[in-house]
Amino acid sequence: MSQTYVVVAEARGGKLRQVTLEAVQAARSAKREEDRVAAVLIGHAVEPLAAELAGYTDGPVHVVDHPDLELYNPETYATALEAALESLAPSAVFLGHTAIGRDLAPAIAARLGAGQISDVIAIQRDGGGEEASFTRPLYAGKAFETKRFVGDGVRVVTVRPNNFPAAEPAPAPGAVVSVAYSAPSDLRTVVKDVVRKMSGKVDLTEAKIVVSGGRGVKSAEGFKPLEELAETLGAAVGASRGACDAGYCDYALQIGQTGKVVTPEIYIACGISGAIQHLAGMSQSRVIIAINKDPEAPIFKVADYGIVGDLFEVVPLLTAEFRKVLV
Amino acid sequence: MNICVLLKQTFDTEEKVVLRDGAVSEDGVKFVINPYDEYAVEEAILLRDKAGGTIVVVSVGPERTAEALRTALAMGADEAVLIANERIGGDEHAVSKALASYIGRHSFDVVLGGNFSVDNGAGQVAVRVAELLGMPHVSSVTKLTVDGASATALRDAEGDTETVEVRLPAVFTAQQGLNEPRYPSLPGIMKAKKKPFAQLTLDDLGLSEAELEPRTAREQLSLPPQRQAGRLLKGSAAEQAAELVHLLRTESKVI
Repeated sequence: MSQTYVVVAEARGGKLRQVTLEAVQAARSAKREEDRVAAVLIGHAVEPLAAELAGYTDGPVHVVDHPDLELYNPETYATALEAALESLAPSAVFLGHTAIGRDLAPAIAARLGAGQISDVIAIQRDGGGEEASFTRPLYAGKAFETKRFVGDGVRVVTVRPNNFPAAEPAPAPGAVVSVAYSAPSDLRTVVKDVVRKMSGKVDLTEAKIVVSGGRGVKSAEGFKPLEELAETLGAAVGASRGACDAGYCDYALQIGQTGKVVTPEIYIACGISGAIQHLAGMSQSRVIIAINKDPEAPIFKVADYGIVGDLFEVVPLLTAEFRKVLV
Repeated sequence: MNICVLLKQTFDTEEKVVLRDGAVSEDGVKFVINPYDEYAVEEAILLRDKAGGTIVVVSVGPERTAEALRTALAMGADEAVLIANERIGGDEHAVSKALASYIGRHSFDVVLGGNFSVDNGAGQVAVRVAELLGMPHVSSVTKLTVDGASATALRDAEGDTETVEVRLPAVFTAQQGLNEPRYPSLPGIMKAKKKPFAQLTLDDLGLSEAELEPRTAREQLSLPPQRQAGRLLKGSAAEQAAELVHLLRTESKVI
C-alpha cells in the first residue's frame, strides 16, 4: 500500500529554504517506489510558496496560513503541524535540522510516540528492502552511526543542511490544500520579539563557503578582513571556541563539537590551530584551507591547502585575488 | 522554586573516538558533564540562590554517571538522582519517557537541560520531556529571567534572537553564552558527599520495559575516512594567495 512521506517546509525572507528541497530529496531516497511525498507549510502569507513547493511533491501540500503563525512558536507550530498531518496520515515526517526543525521535530515525535533520527547526512535503501537506513554523525563527526526505525510507528527524520542535493521538480505537481488553524486551547508561550541579526547574511550551516577565525584573529576588530573575504565569496563567517571564549565574536558563530557542525564546499581556517573539538565541527568540509603562522599547527594535518603566514597579510591578498576571478 | 536539571555524562570534547568490537571504546577516556548541561546546572544554581528552593539533578545512564552527578552537587545542586539505564531502550524516545516519569511524580517549576549532548548530538530528550509532561519549552536559551509564575527567555535561532515568554512550569535548554559555569570549590566537594543521592530503577518509577522499548536502533558504527594532509604552498604571501585561487579553480574546481 502506498505510504505518505511528509516534508515540513520552511520559509525565510519570503522564499523556501534550500534545506526544504534537500529534505524533499531525502524523503524521495528513503521512500519506496509506490510511496508519495507530500508537504506541510506553516506560516503567514505563505500561499504563493505553497504553490511553488507543490512543484516538487507528487502528494498534496497542506498549508496552515494564519497571522498567529507569522513567527515560530513551539506551541502554535506543533499544534498546526499536528492538524496538518492528521488527514495526511504520514508514515514518515522529514524536517530540516535547523533552528525550527531541531525544536519542532522532537515535539511532534513525542506527541506521536514516534522514533526520531536526527541530523541525517545520508540514506541507504538496499535491494528494494522495506526499510531505509539513516547515517548520522556522533561526537559531531568523530564517528558515524547508521540507524533504522523499529516497530510500526511514524518515523521522524531531521536532515542536515548541505548534505543532500536539492530535489528536482516532480513530473506532476501536487495539489495545495488549506488547513484551518485553531489555536491551542491554553497557550502558554508568547514570542514577544525577534531581532534578525542574520537577515541578509548567509546561514553558517547552509553556507557553501565558510571563512572562520580563531585566537590568531586577536580581537573583534581582527575579524574585519575575514568579513571582507566572506563578503567577496558570498560566504558565512565562523569562529573557533578560542575566538568565542576570548570575546572576539558571538557564540552563534562557534564551529566545533560545542557549537555548530558545518560541511561547506570550502572551509577557510584563519588563525585556527585545530583543536580536536574544532576539527570535529569542520573536517567533513569538501576543501579545507588553513592559514596559520605556526607550521606545526594541527589544522595543517587536515587541510588540503596550507599557507604558513600572517593572516592579516594573507587574507586581504586572498580577497584581492578572488575579486579578480569572481567579477 | 524547585528546579530539575537533566544531565548527561559525556566524553570530554578533546577526546578522540576509538572503535573496539563495534562499539566506542571508553578505555582511558576522560568523562565530563555534557558542556551544555553544565550551563543548565549553573543557571539552576543562580535561579535558586535568588528565589530559594531546591535543585535536583537527574540522569539516565550507567554507573559511571554518578561522578558527573557528584560534580553537579559539588557545584551547588541539592540532590541527585541516577536512573539506571540497563533496562531502558537506548534511544531518545525511551530515555525521555523514563525522565518524564520521574519528573511527573514531583513538582518542579523549572526544568533545565542542555541544548544537545556533545556525544549523540540529537537534541531530542529535553523537548520530548516537555511534551510528555505537557509543559511549554524554550530551547537554545542564552538568557533566562524568572518572574513569579512566568519566565522570559532569549532564544538563539541560527544567530537571530527571539524573546519568548512562557508560563511555568516550563522546560528550557541551555545554549552557550547563558552563563559561565563555576568550578566546584573544595568545601563544595566536601558538602556534596553528604547530599542526598538516589539510585532508581524502572520499578521505582512504576515503568515496565515494554513501555520503554526503543523506536530506533543502531545498525552500524564507523569512523570518518582519515583526511590526508594536503600541501603547504610556497613563495611570497602574494604568490601563495594567487596560487591558492588558481588551485581552487583548476585542481579542486570549487570556484
